[in-house]
Amino acid sequence: MANPLRAEVVQLYKTLLFLGREYPKGADYFRDRLRAAFAKNKDVSDPEKIKELISRGEFVVKELEALYYLRKYRALKKRYYETE
Amino acid sequence: MHRSSEVKHLASDFNTRACECFGQPPVQPFESHCPVLTDRTVRVQLKVLKVKDGSVFFIRVKPDRTGVVTDGVKHSMNPFCEIAVEEAVKLKEKKLVKEVVAVSCGPQQVQETIRTALAMGADRGIHVEVSGKDYETLGPLQVSKIFAALAKKEQADLIILGKQAIDDDCNQTGQMTAALLDWPQGTFASEVTLEADKLKVVREIDGGLETIKINLPAVVTADLRLNTPRYATLPNIMKAKKKKITNVKPADLGVDVSSRLEVLKVDEPPQRQSGVKVETVHDLVEKLKEAGRI
Repeated sequence: MANPLRAEVVQLYKTLLFLGREYPKGADYFRDRLRAAFAKNKDVSDPEKIKELISRGEFVVKELEALYYLRKYRALKKRYYETE
Repeated sequence: MHRSSEVKHLASDFNTRACECFGQPPVQPFESHCPVLTDRTVRVQLKVLKVKDGSVFFIRVKPDRTGVVTDGVKHSMNPFCEIAVEEAVKLKEKKLVKEVVAVSCGPQQVQETIRTALAMGADRGIHVEVSGKDYETLGPLQVSKIFAALAKKEQADLIILGKQAIDDDCNQTGQMTAALLDWPQGTFASEVTLEADKLKVVREIDGGLETIKINLPAVVTADLRLNTPRYATLPNIMKAKKKKITNVKPADLGVDVSSRLEVLKVDEPPQRQSGVKVETVHDLVEKLKEAGRI
């Protein structure tokens, strides 16, 4: 992998791993899928393609954050506020 | 497509709400004597509370019925306090506030919660050490006394708390803190704006929304729709490790944490009865008559 991008990819992996701990389907399920996804793209060497994959990963990070927020929001709303 | 667009949609449906409101209007103090500063040097003090995580489903009552089993149960920051932290950090980012201090009371594990608050953007943390028996009986009154003492010591201008804790649902700490300090309070805040040296708070009440203007220093309690709390990402958590957390004991603040309440009994809700299947409408009517329903 290209040198400066390697650090970004590793950081992305670590962030996803950290976020995956609270995944509703189970941390193990998430971790396996994460490893498979990263392993599949192991041999990509074009910097442009790598950047694209990194941005895809960041998109997943944002989706996960939204998922966790919504889950909490909906749980609280259901518990504390009467729905009509 | 991000689900954050759905979040904004959910955040604007104010009408599906029925809440308890402690209807007293906020206490308006006498004229404040401090001169208006063009850049507000306000120190915000937050409360951060460690509660049983909202997604934990199997809460068990202790065998001696004095409480709920808490050992080994995952704890995390109270969701309403997350919203409070987010609001304080937002105020700091708008440069309306100088420093954000996150405070939490409890045993050693509470430091994790303070670290989360620091990762979200607080500047420093204060850990008020309360452990063992005292922690089990720690209630809103003791916490609000601790807060009042800390607010005076740190000279905070604004205290933001979550409106209630999801484990005891007291909804009392904010109000009690304001009363002890004789500060105005903006509770159930769904919007907070700083205008000159006054705070405009939009509150969620039973009838809808109420907008009030209160003087600083003040106490604000955060409601669900105040903002969207940010997730404490890994790089921020790493940075937060460098931020300082000071340890304080309640005795140093001159607060007595003994409880005036005694828990008599804690019971589980009644078990759900299994349903009965019937063959025909006639059977249904018979069964309903038997049960005394018709």
